Amino acid sequence: MRPENYQAVKLGDSNEYEIFIGPNHPGIEGNYAFRLMLDGDIVVSGKADAGYLHRGFEKLMEGRLWIQNLAIVPRICVPDPAPMEVAYSMAVEEIMGIEAPIRAQWIRTMQLELSRVAAHLFTFGGHAATTGMYTPMFWGVADRDLVLDLFEDFTGGRVYSIYNIPGGVRRELPPEFLQKLSNLLDYLESRQNDYDNLLFTNQVFVERAKGCGALTQSQALELSVTGPNLRACGLAYDVRRDDPYLVYDELEFDIPRQKHGDAYSRILVRRDELFQSIRILRQIIERLPSIKGKIRTPIPNPLSWNVRKGEAYARVESSKGELAYYVVSDGGDKPYRVHVRGPSSMHAVQTLEFLAKGARLEDVAQIMFSLDACPPEVDR
Amino acid sequence: MKKINYNDKGSILNPLKNLQFYARKPVTEPLGPRDASASYRGFHINDLNKCIGCSSCQKICDNAAITMVEVPSIKEDAAKGLRNLRPAIDYGRCCWCALCVDICPTSAIEMTREYVHTCDGDETDSYFIFPKETGIHGDSFEKGWTKTEDSDLLDRIRRPMGEMLSEARIDNFDEIVDGFTLEMAVQEASRCVDCGLCEDACPAHMHAPNYIRSIYEGNLEQAVEWMYETNPFSHVCGRVCTHICETACSLGHGEGESDPIAIRWLKRFAMDNVSKTKIKQIARKGKARKKSGKSIAVVGAGPAGLTAAFDLVKKGHKVTVYESLPKAGGMTRYGIPNYRLPEDRLDQDIEVIQSVGVDIKYNVKVGTDISMAQLYKDNHAVVMAIGLQMGRSTRIKGSDHKMVVKAVDLLRMIPKGDKVNVPKSAVVIGGGNVAMDIARSMARLQQQKYGEVNITLTALEQLGKTFLADDEEVKESLEEGISILDARGPKQCVIKNNKLVGLETVKVISIFDAQGRFAPKYDEEDLQFHQADMVIEAIGQMSDVSILGEELTEELEWNRGRIQIDENGHTSVEWLWSAGDMVKGPDVINAVADGHRVAKDIDRFLNK
Repeated sequence: MRPENYQAVKLGDSNEYEIFIGPNHPGIEGNYAFRLMLDGDIVVSGKADAGYLHRGFEKLMEGRLWIQNLAIVPRICVPDPAPMEVAYSMAVEEIMGIEAPIRAQWIRTMQLELSRVAAHLFTFGGHAATTGMYTPMFWGVADRDLVLDLFEDFTGGRVYSIYNIPGGVRRELPPEFLQKLSNLLDYLESRQNDYDNLLFTNQVFVERAKGCGALTQSQALELSVTGPNLRACGLAYDVRRDDPYLVYDELEFDIPRQKHGDAYSRILVRRDELFQSIRILRQIIERLPSIKGKIRTPIPNPLSWNVRKGEAYARVESSKGELAYYVVSDGGDKPYRVHVRGPSSMHAVQTLEFLAKGARLEDVAQIMFSLDACPPEVDR
Repeated sequence: MKKINYNDKGSILNPLKNLQFYARKPVTEPLGPRDASASYRGFHINDLNKCIGCSSCQKICDNAAITMVEVPSIKEDAAKGLRNLRPAIDYGRCCWCALCVDICPTSAIEMTREYVHTCDGDETDSYFIFPKETGIHGDSFEKGWTKTEDSDLLDRIRRPMGEMLSEARIDNFDEIVDGFTLEMAVQEASRCVDCGLCEDACPAHMHAPNYIRSIYEGNLEQAVEWMYETNPFSHVCGRVCTHICETACSLGHGEGESDPIAIRWLKRFAMDNVSKTKIKQIARKGKARKKSGKSIAVVGAGPAGLTAAFDLVKKGHKVTVYESLPKAGGMTRYGIPNYRLPEDRLDQDIEVIQSVGVDIKYNVKVGTDISMAQLYKDNHAVVMAIGLQMGRSTRIKGSDHKMVVKAVDLLRMIPKGDKVNVPKSAVVIGGGNVAMDIARSMARLQQQKYGEVNITLTALEQLGKTFLADDEEVKESLEEGISILDARGPKQCVIKNNKLVGLETVKVISIFDAQGRFAPKYDEEDLQFHQADMVIEAIGQMSDVSILGEELTEELEWNRGRIQIDENGHTSVEWLWSAGDMVKGPDVINAVADGHRVAKDIDRFLNK
């Protein structure tokens, strides 16, 4: 419904009234509406109203060649597109029974972790903005830009890398790249105090975030919550460790978690994760030069590539949670069916509706952003 | 990393610590202009000279952003695989994925480091841009994402074809080439980018992309169906075609090692693996149910004559083919040795043509047994397709000796089963494929009779430069022990006591004169003698047009010894058409194309 056509309805004898949040607002990383029934400033119920970014990706993929889909999958999640390409490529590789060369797997891992860093920086800023603090938002976006510079350097694209291909990656790393990466990690670590001072230990923020939108572990599991949101409830579940893919089993990292399941726990988990990612990237910088070899297992000519009949489910841990691609091939040159199991649809629909109930109106935006859902991925 | 305890309350004073930013450089300060990264995916450039117009970029584009536009100033050349289509890009659709760059067979299209572009006022269609070598709208951009070995999406290496070793093949006429296995054929077929340059280049316009696709999908019957739409000599062409299609193939245009698709071997694979019964069913498809009541006589049962007959029979006409030799096939039977084209494969092509309803009368020599006038009297139209059955002579001194023979005459004797006088040593004059055929056939006969090969081949042309025969023919000849002397012209056949003892040759200085006419110049000082019991001339063939009879010869218009025809093969005499090697050629696929052409014209003429 267009906003000009909408009229808030005051119901009969009740004090309850309906209000729209969105589709444009600071509570989420895209166009997403949330319909609230309020009593005073207390939310009686909330109804997620998705679909503003529906482009029908899953259906589109059925009409495109296997390799053409690589250009559209990153668009499913703008802030964290790399896991999309990797998961899709991994699923196709599994059906074909091919494996990316080991060097490509290390490069993919690096790309995934860099993407996680970029996504978390974005979330810090976004979350802060929902509590009225805009400086962290500028910082988060400015620092994320430095990560995007690196993406530009090794993939040729800043946001949509389109760097993966079933069988490996498309390009060798440019010279001096690992040094640039190392410099960036040094810089990000040097920024830790600034962020802590301004945001994570800022009493104004801490007070607002604590206890806001709290989930218990069993509620989280019931709502299919994954990723940092689940780890904020105390359950150290991470696909990277529990179902290792690429080269994660060769890397050392901790799985940060918090117990309280509220907005503050969620952002603390993300803060800690960012530094775990830096730790992983440092190990990659150390190991990658010694891993020689090809970066691509050749695939047949993509214009007539018939992927053999079969199906595969490939999952990765994205910055938002468990992301998986379920791909079915009927032996043709296009997928028969692709389903994207994105974490955001669980977080932004059922979890958000559940958490909004009883919350105060001014907290709704914070709850939304603390779940770090991505509307284009909900709509797909 | 500093830990933050959840239970810490934090402090309202903490943010004040960031007041230090008054003295620090802000992190959000706008960045100044900078160059994009070295492999940035910005606007496209396209080297218009490298681009061959194959449209692969258009096919891989996942947003349909590329349109191929015709550039009239670029010259087309179907035989070389060059089209005048070039990509234009709709930047309202492009998603900068660079798949077009990675698939380009010739690495013509590339991306730049430029991502900002403003159009001039008069360029109204500012999103739809035609990239050139340097950039767009006359600007010059630096290169960004270009194709690397890792990002190349094409499979450039041809699947290897197995061949009999020279020791195993030298004493027999067994077929040399093994042919593909199913797995290899599918892999080879998978390399095709479906550009259709092969189809444009083929004289008969065979639907190669379609049958390659069918082979890739494992549907060989469908592949054969595609072939029979344009070529009833698919067994023959699957083995001995001059494969102009492979010269045109876009994959062959690539830089470095990049082989064209083995289109000929794929055709052979499909034909060999579909049963004769099925092929006959396929060949009959589309045959007219009603008889037209018209009849046509075809002179010569070679590829041109039989293709014309095949087409005309399918249109409902009655066709009789007159062949002077005991079997059909023309030069494909009496000119091409069995090790290249086994007789049973040719027999099958002819059997299929006959099964459609073509009637062939063997051992009937037109001009002697039946006159052209009689043929015209009995039929509504006549097709002359008698080929080039007579060898040309060098007319050097001594070439009238009985041991100086013509290659075509010898080649004809072998399949006929006539007794061939095998010399202990022989010299072949000529550097074309016919010279190779006779040299290699004689080498086999020598090996059978004497246990050794002693053949010398002399040619005017230079090896590796102007040499006429196919490279593989030269390679295989050398393997079989034939010595090739290039750039040598025949001087005289040396005869002593009425016995041929050998050939004298002189060094060639040049073959053509300034006007490009054939006028070889020799260095008479550089004289060599080659001992030989037989000299074989393989310097070209001509047609035996004496069969036309005086009256008809007089009536026809001629063009430098060949019958004058229009673009449809129609001669100046209303009821007479001419096709094949005698008017165009010489190769099988041109003959087949000619056959189709005259058949179409005759059908149009008869239905007038």
